[in-house]
Amino acid sequence: MTAPLRTLTAETDRPLLQVQGLTKSYGARIGCAHISFDLFPGEVMGIVGESGSGKSTLLSCLAGHMAPDTGRVIFDTGTGPVDTVTMAEAERRRMARTDWAFVHQNPRDGLRMGVSAGGNVGERLMAIGARHYGEIRATATDWLARVEIAADRIDDRPRAFSGGMQQRLQIARNLVTGPRLVFMDEPTGGLDVSVQARLLDLLRGLVREMGLSVIIVTHDLAVVRLLADRLMVMKGGHVVEQGLTDQVLDDPQHAYTQLLVSSVLQV
Amino acid sequence: MTAQDYNFAYLDEQTKRMIRRAILKGIAVPGYQVPFASREMPMPYGWGTGGVQVTAACLTPDDTLKVIDQGADDTTNAVSIRKFFQRTAGVAVTEATDQASIIQTRHRIPEAPLTEGQILVYQVPIPEPLRFLEPRETETRKMHELEEYGLMHVKLYEDIARHGTIATSYAYPVKVEGRYVMDPSPIPKFDNPKLSDSPAIQLFGAGREQRIYALPPYTQVVSLDFDDHPFVASKADHDCDLCGAGTSYLDEVITDDQGGRMFVCSDTDFCRARREAGHVGRLGTPAPSLEAAQ
Ligand SMILES: Nc1ncnc2c1ncn2[C@@H]1O[C@H](COP(=O)(O)OP(=O)(O)OP(=O)(O)O)[C@@H](O)[C@H]1O
Ligand SMILES: [Mg+2]
Repeated sequence: MTAPLRTLTAETDRPLLQVQGLTKSYGARIGCAHISFDLFPGEVMGIVGESGSGKSTLLSCLAGHMAPDTGRVIFDTGTGPVDTVTMAEAERRRMARTDWAFVHQNPRDGLRMGVSAGGNVGERLMAIGARHYGEIRATATDWLARVEIAADRIDDRPRAFSGGMQQRLQIARNLVTGPRLVFMDEPTGGLDVSVQARLLDLLRGLVREMGLSVIIVTHDLAVVRLLADRLMVMKGGHVVEQGLTDQVLDDPQHAYTQLLVSSVLQV
Repeated sequence: MTAQDYNFAYLDEQTKRMIRRAILKGIAVPGYQVPFASREMPMPYGWGTGGVQVTAACLTPDDTLKVIDQGADDTTNAVSIRKFFQRTAGVAVTEATDQASIIQTRHRIPEAPLTEGQILVYQVPIPEPLRFLEPRETETRKMHELEEYGLMHVKLYEDIARHGTIATSYAYPVKVEGRYVMDPSPIPKFDNPKLSDSPAIQLFGAGREQRIYALPPYTQVVSLDFDDHPFVASKADHDCDLCGAGTSYLDEVITDDQGGRMFVCSDTDFCRARREAGHVGRLGTPAPSLEAAQ
């Protein structure tokens, strides 16, 4: 295993994403509360925590799938920082298919199951105006190769793919437009261990190559160890500890993190 | 039952008003699907209940109505709708495209050029062109609102990937005035160019789905395509065997069980008029009798 990525966290960089005081409740139940952090260009931030700790809620609010009750999510667009919570929906959706990407745990949520692999990868290109079939297909073929799917599967539907292939297809579909920020919710969940390892390896390569900034939710500390520069530990909707991944995992300060590390990291 | 048992054109005046409002809104926003409260009609869904309601809302006693189904005036569906309005509105009817002030159609646009003052009413089964790939109504509405039409090209991409060419030959999606993507109803794509810049008013009624949309006269309508797979308004590569027309949309008719077949104009009125004017196709009989023309 190689060391986690350490790229571009120089102090001179402006944060790509600034999260300030983000809170989301479901009626009386807290989803996530008072979350604040900065994400810098090229940085991978891991979010861990037990089931129900608010990871998905937080990610949904960050990605604009859900409106937070309070707080700001400021993204550094090409033209300057913009609060994505208050921006016009049309603009947010446009950003979601250009600058952002979202990889779901279940490929069914992130793929069009009735559309061929090529069509799945080509959709974002067509959404931003690509109108040359030959070029769309060539780009799709190229991206399938990058996620290790053979070119002759381009016209097959995702149904005909294994779980690992579906997840790789979902990644290709998301990265084809060269997004700057990728949200991932348990991208390796539901896959068996050897398939997980291969997918993680692939992700690492792509993150490095493309200089992606990533926010990745997982309950698997091995995933975090491998991918994340920084780590946020959540419990009951709150962040109980955050810092550099190695520091948090090797020297956990909060009692809950200590429990988490001692119980899970023995894999 | 007699004509007196019905309000003029069957629907009550309040309902017609409601439908006319939807039509006017549709004309004001070309290609936009306007919801309307579709009424029960004395015919099953799939038999043109949307078109019938639109026609009923447009008809005046002075109108002359033509009804076609797949281009033909004499099919069961066309005949029953025509009879329905003869009975409930007492309007004049015709088979001649140029004599009609309102034409209700299923699956075709007449070959004869339409003129200002005419209304063409389409029967629409599925008004939502994005439905094929996105079943969620809330999402397709949002896509129309925000002009997110990439998905429409995914459908065409899939076509080419599977068939080597855009195989969609009916209900071929169009973009209206550079804004709304619209399903032109299941007309053959051969008819798509006639949608654009037409002097007539074109109204689309979907009964089961409760939607009305419209193209005002001289609206720009563009068929979607790819740069390297441009739209082609194709038809069978034949002339009409009855009237010899080389430019009209043809139906293939099996004539025996030995593989015999012939191609004839799907627009029966167009074909009849040509034969009356002396045109004869490969299998046609010269100078058709006047009875045949009636
Ligand atoms: N739609 C909802 N309605 C009501 N409560 C919800 C809803 N979604 C989540 N919650 C609650 O909010 C809290 C945080 O849930 P969330 O799904 O964000 O947790 P999570 O960390 O992603 O958990 P998991 O690891 O199981 O995916 C939980 O108490 C959950 O029950
Ligand atoms: Mg979750």
